[in-house]
Amino acid sequence: MTDKEPLFSTKNLKLLTTPLNNENPITVQVLGICSALAVTTKLEPSVVMAISVVFVLAVSNVVISLIRNMVPPRIRIIVQLTVIATLVILVDQILKAFAYEVSKQLSVFVGLIITNCIIMGRLEAFALGNKPWPSLLDGIGNSAGYGIILVIVGFFRELLGAGELWGYPVLEKIGIYNFGYEDNGLMILSPMALIVVGIIIWVQRSKNRELIEES
Amino acid sequence: MENLINIFVKSIFIDNMIFAYFLGMCSYLAVSKTVKTSFGLGIAVIFVLVITVPVDYLIENYLLKEGALIWLGEGFADVDLSFLSFIMFIAVIASMVQLVEMVIEKFSPALYNSLGIFLPLIAVNCAILGGSLFMQQKEFLNITEAVTYGLGSGIGWLLAIIGIAAIREKIRYSNVPAPLRGLGITFIITGLMGIAFMSFMGISL
Repeated sequence: MTDKEPLFSTKNLKLLTTPLNNENPITVQVLGICSALAVTTKLEPSVVMAISVVFVLAVSNVVISLIRNMVPPRIRIIVQLTVIATLVILVDQILKAFAYEVSKQLSVFVGLIITNCIIMGRLEAFALGNKPWPSLLDGIGNSAGYGIILVIVGFFRELLGAGELWGYPVLEKIGIYNFGYEDNGLMILSPMALIVVGIIIWVQRSKNRELIEES
Repeated sequence: MENLINIFVKSIFIDNMIFAYFLGMCSYLAVSKTVKTSFGLGIAVIFVLVITVPVDYLIENYLLKEGALIWLGEGFADVDLSFLSFIMFIAVIASMVQLVEMVIEKFSPALYNSLGIFLPLIAVNCAILGGSLFMQQKEFLNITEAVTYGLGSGIGWLLAIIGIAAIREKIRYSNVPAPLRGLGITFIITGLMGIAFMSFMGISL
């Protein structure tokens, strides 16, 4: 075959990079906010959650893309849910076995990856109509775009709320408390996650003006 | 009775699905443009939660939990199927939504017309699966408590979405900074509403 695309052609790379910024699932497509924000009080659970979602979305995208010609369209949703639920059970059991503390912090939110709209959304919109390799890239790109937001939110909430990063007392080591600085306990509370995301959207859209909505 | 009121009030105000756990945010953000449609979706969510939470409660307690299969015989006493709960719950929710849709269509066309378009959306609404997973975590004593919990969290969700829809209808007339318009300001308002709802935190019944 002479017209075979290289593995990382520009088109394929685009699949990987646009979801990080211009097509970000959280700030632009408004998908997958549901199960995400409650876990971002600290950096560590945010990173674990991001990795779990990358795994689930990438693998389910490939699986659905492989069986896309065999599944009758009428029952596709239940097939997708089954694939996703199986992968999520895997993630949950692995977390329980190897990272019990984190899995306790994440509590029900691992299970809620199943109903994360971004996963169903990508399966419907992309994996059903594309070959496995682009689907893999699309899955990784989108879930990474989602993960980045989680990690940013987790970073600021832990730093400002508890003065720590990954459990390490950064601000105390710098010695900023000697000047009368105090941790902002409000950042730990759940509503602040929404406000931080609101601010991220604000910053992103003022840099990238074509994303601004009309009303 | 006291216990039931406690669960009810708690699930509406303190453990509010949206403000405390961000569940069902996708449809919350997408549908909350007008009060009327938000009300329809909210009612549909209550309806489905009241049905799925008790059904999942029964499945959890008579099929999945460790020792739940003891009614089959002594040999099943130490079978633990709880790792299957995600897939069971989501299957129950998807089929219940389908079933409810068909039943309503048959017996109450008027209700079907007002809820109709929202019902399929609900199968993938995180608030529904979240309700079942929290039910599993809270370990309710009997099915009445599970029903109360489902009803309460549905009402909490309805209150939240109607509140944000009303604010969004009004905010159309304000001069919001351009990059914040639409999604950004909705997030920030939800955050502020969440802070307001936190004032219920100290209540204990």
